[in-house]
Amino acid sequence: MLRYVLKRMAAAIPTLFLIVTISFFLMRVAPGGPFNLERPLEAKVMENLNRIYHLDEPLWRQYLLYLSNLLHGDLGPSFVYRDFSVGDLFAAGLPVSIQLGASAMTLALFLGTILGSIAALKQNSAIDYLVVGVATFGITIPPFVVAPVLSLIFGVSLGWLPAGGWGNGAFANKILPVITLALPQIAIVARLIRGAMIEALRSDHVRTARAYGLPTRIVVMVHALRAAILPVVSYLGPAAAALLTGSIVVETIFGIPGIGRYFVQAALSRDYTLVMGTVVVVSIFVVVFNTIVDLLYAWLDPRVRYD
Amino acid sequence: MSIAEEPVTLQEPAASGRSLWQDALRRLRRNKAAMTSLVVLCVMALASIVGPAFWPHPYDRVYSEYVRVPASLEAYPKEDRIVPEMERSLKRARVAIGEISLKGDTVHATISDEEEIDPRITRYVDRSDLFSNARLAEKTADGKGAVMVADVARLRFIAGTDGNGRDLFARILMAIRISLAIGLLATFVALVIGVAYGATAGYLGGRADNVMMRVVDILYSLPFIFFVILLVVFFGRNFVLMFIAVGAIEWLDMARIVRGQTLTLKRREFVEAAEALGVSDAGIVRRHIIPNVLGPVAVYMTLLVPKVILLESFLSFLGLGVQAPLTSLGVLISEGAKNMQGASWLLIYPSIALALILFSLNFIGDGLRDALDPKDR
Amino acid sequence: MERAARNETPTGDGDIDPAGTVLSVRDLKVSFALADGTVEAVRGVDFSVASGETVAIVGESGSGKSQTVMALMGLLASNGRASGEALYRGEDLLRLSPRKLNRIRGDKITMIFQEPMSSLDPLYRIGRQIAEPMIFHRGVSARAARARVLELLKLVQIPDAERRIDAYPHELSGGQRQRVMIAMALANDPDILIADEPTTALDVTIQAEMLRLLKELQERLGMAVVFITHDLGIVRRFADRVYVMQAGKVVEEGRVDAIFAAPKDAYTKMLLAAEPEGTKPPVPASAPVVLEGRGVSVSFHIGGGLFSGDPFELKAVDRITLRVRQGQTVGIVGESGSGKSTLGRALLRLIPSRGEIAFEGRDIAGLDLRRERPLRRQMQIVFQDPYGSLSPRLTVGQIVTEGLLVHEPQLGRRERERRAAEALREVQLDPAMQSRYPHEFSGGQRQRIAIARAMILKPRLVVLDEPTSALDRSVQKEIIELLRKLQRDNDLTYLFISHDLAVVRALSDWVMVMKDGKVVEEGPTEEVFAEPAQEYTRRLMAAAFLTQREGEAPAG
Repeated sequence: MLRYVLKRMAAAIPTLFLIVTISFFLMRVAPGGPFNLERPLEAKVMENLNRIYHLDEPLWRQYLLYLSNLLHGDLGPSFVYRDFSVGDLFAAGLPVSIQLGASAMTLALFLGTILGSIAALKQNSAIDYLVVGVATFGITIPPFVVAPVLSLIFGVSLGWLPAGGWGNGAFANKILPVITLALPQIAIVARLIRGAMIEALRSDHVRTARAYGLPTRIVVMVHALRAAILPVVSYLGPAAAALLTGSIVVETIFGIPGIGRYFVQAALSRDYTLVMGTVVVVSIFVVVFNTIVDLLYAWLDPRVRYD
Repeated sequence: MSIAEEPVTLQEPAASGRSLWQDALRRLRRNKAAMTSLVVLCVMALASIVGPAFWPHPYDRVYSEYVRVPASLEAYPKEDRIVPEMERSLKRARVAIGEISLKGDTVHATISDEEEIDPRITRYVDRSDLFSNARLAEKTADGKGAVMVADVARLRFIAGTDGNGRDLFARILMAIRISLAIGLLATFVALVIGVAYGATAGYLGGRADNVMMRVVDILYSLPFIFFVILLVVFFGRNFVLMFIAVGAIEWLDMARIVRGQTLTLKRREFVEAAEALGVSDAGIVRRHIIPNVLGPVAVYMTLLVPKVILLESFLSFLGLGVQAPLTSLGVLISEGAKNMQGASWLLIYPSIALALILFSLNFIGDGLRDALDPKDR
Repeated sequence: MERAARNETPTGDGDIDPAGTVLSVRDLKVSFALADGTVEAVRGVDFSVASGETVAIVGESGSGKSQTVMALMGLLASNGRASGEALYRGEDLLRLSPRKLNRIRGDKITMIFQEPMSSLDPLYRIGRQIAEPMIFHRGVSARAARARVLELLKLVQIPDAERRIDAYPHELSGGQRQRVMIAMALANDPDILIADEPTTALDVTIQAEMLRLLKELQERLGMAVVFITHDLGIVRRFADRVYVMQAGKVVEEGRVDAIFAAPKDAYTKMLLAAEPEGTKPPVPASAPVVLEGRGVSVSFHIGGGLFSGDPFELKAVDRITLRVRQGQTVGIVGESGSGKSTLGRALLRLIPSRGEIAFEGRDIAGLDLRRERPLRRQMQIVFQDPYGSLSPRLTVGQIVTEGLLVHEPQLGRRERERRAAEALREVQLDPAMQSRYPHEFSGGQRQRIAIARAMILKPRLVVLDEPTSALDRSVQKEIIELLRKLQRDNDLTYLFISHDLAVVRALSDWVMVMKDGKVVEEGPTEEVFAEPAQEYTRRLMAAAFLTQREGEAPAG
């Protein structure tokens, strides 16, 4: 297994390298720069800034410099948040984003599994239709509609919860963002579980379990659910990607200081290092996460071999 | 398993058979949700295409007197605004104002001035969005007094107006048009790339397939949304670029589906039978592969359009979408979100429009899938 | 071990009256609600099982035999409904609450299924799965259960049971999985064991072993066995009494020897007569050679992708030499994985191979596809699966005339339709069915369509790749007759690939026995069947001719 993990990590290196390279040059060929502000800076200041940030050197030198810094774990200084390095910003923002994403993921898996299982067990009943309807609704309504609506209702009209802000991670501040993030995922997980569960309940091995008089509870929990969970495990990768995307919206709307919000601001203001840093961090996260998911899958399904 | 072994559907020969397509169509017709959605979608599409030509308000016309007015079925202006507005207009014209009265749809205002009244002052009244056809009547002999008569322009804003005083309904119609267009174009891009790539990989098989699918896997693991944002930020906001970028992301799924289908079909015995008959590769693809791949591709396409619309709205929401005065549902929703306190209709109506489109497309897609693959339910 | 001791004692276990009835079913009806109406699968079935006896329920697909037992076990699909009465020791199985039914099934009544590949949960070790019913019904501790599982695995003759107990189902062969199912079924010393086509999905030699094992276990443990099967040979060998089912009803019942000796019902007679009959006279040695292969080999490269493990070569067909003469039918027999289908495809040049292949004296091994096309007309193939071999979105007419489009593109539409009608008539189908679609036909009809597709080109050689394996015996017989007639009328040459020795014997005049890609034995059909020279052939035949009347065995 260790060999498998190492192999996966080794295979990821070229991918990461490719991502870094493409992002780096893509960004640099684009017009504009971090110091092209509305009110132009004095030539002298500009020159100084360019020198400090090595922008006066040829592009390939900058690229090599960035790569070597990256290998040392140095993501460079931020261009826009002048007093911070990209590392500092992530140290502050990453825990917030991860907390948000992990809570949403947990909530989605938990609620989605329960709803999907209930719907499958009561197939074609009113409950089933309700779950399917709600799931369709959850998938259809985008987070950037849900977020303001929730904030309007619970934050502004009812005043039960804060309409925005992070409040240093207070529980009340997390509720709305997490729900917004989790909603589409709950829907997708519920649909996946429902479909897989219906199939599992019809499968031959579940028929065997029933034929041997095992109680329904065991048949469902032990034999059907484990099979039904497999497609959800495969979906974890895309789910993480969706949460990343969703976090950009949620962090922007609720004003939460996570890396999603930094990314949009950084991209708009040509903060080269911050954009690159986000891309690198997110890519590493995706690679590691996918490896964990594959391991989890192999653990759940003995038919899968590491190779 | 159920009753697979029972020969249930063995009717005796009739003159002509029902193809699987006809069967699917019949099942689709029975699916109320899908059929309703189809009607809703058609109505929306039609409205967005021909609607703006008949709608009284152009989508970019600014009514500066009606900034952010709430949605209402009654015509504007409200009665209590008419007299003050006339007063304001006349003040600008710098004339002394006497009595102003409202009779039905016309306003009468007695005005007087120290000099002879210039007939051109009607312009000051006409300039307001509330009045039209302003004219001077009952001029006194010296021309220093008159009655300003103007028709009240009755305007309806059934969805209210936005922060610039533009009719929201007209803008929504326009936005639906743009969103649907982007959805279709991007889906088309995804379809072309995905089908070509997937069919090639599946048909070639072996090592070529391995390498091609590995590339797809790698692309899959990239956080593509970040790339799109980068692209859009750095190459400017461009309608064409937008759907190419979106289409270029979404082809991955299509490629996987088509490749999987092609691979399974290639192993089916009827393809082998065709090979044994000496049918050429092109013939096999045309007669045996394409008709059988078409179903899943059609389903996926229907489900892809809402995804693309969603992605476009998302980019627009971040301020990276189409540019004013053009608009899309994402742009409208984003504006609505900013103004939701006090002008909730700006958020509600575009959201409803978007939700309707997405719901319809999802229901049609689901219905199509159930119709094509009846054992799914 | 108290239970182990009980195992050793056969029949008379005190509370069981040896002659007493343990299960009696009266007027059992099963129906399924479908979108376009209700289907009656079982229409009033009566049967009974005495303790310790073996009862067979025999019938073809669609006879309702499986649904009968599914109803007893409470395993009908959710749209199914059962009515009537099924008394097990005074309790009506059809009316028990799920909780009470669960106390009986898996404990007093157990069941094994047709599909050994999918009947076990792929995600759990077999030891745990066998133990589960024991733990739930008998409250056995996990430890004691494990000991008992080991004992059971040895009982069903799983080699290396100590290691296999921790295996996952996918690590076992089909036969072993079926043994695991049997072990599970025996775990609680059931009164009744229901076996639903337990051997159908297995190779013949394994089938025979499995039946022997079941018989042996029944003698030792003394439970009653209800055997659901379509195979009359199994019935004759194993059952005491038999119920013959047709279209949801029992048409005949009685003691096996009585029914086999003097069947009363027309359907039973037809079933008994459905064994393929007749032989094929050999062709004169002077008949011209149609197809000749020398040193034909096919190998597949497994693995070796860009990122996967080391590649290795699987020799599916290993240097085979054969000669097929005009009018001959060469039977190629072997178990699954023996390479017989691969050989057939290689000879038709559908897959690449090494070695020489000559068609009417002309070397065709090196031809490229374009030059082969005229050849395709001469050599045709009929596949096993009548569901998979017809393109689902084309009409029967389009399917049958596809070859004409390639080989006689000058034909007009009307002429093609005329030819299609002719071909359909030749396979005894109504030509008016041209515009219908394959899914509207039964298995046998579809196989006729597939044959028509091959015949419309007037080929000289037809490879028949298990054309009858997916069909019921009675339909099988019709197809065999049809193939015979076509051969006579058109002077056809057949390469007949099958695992079914009875069919091969009836249809072919020369037999090749394949194992692991090699021919282990060949010769004139009569000689090979009379005196098989190889051990493998003997085993194959012993297994296959369980179906034959005893004493009258292989020679026929």
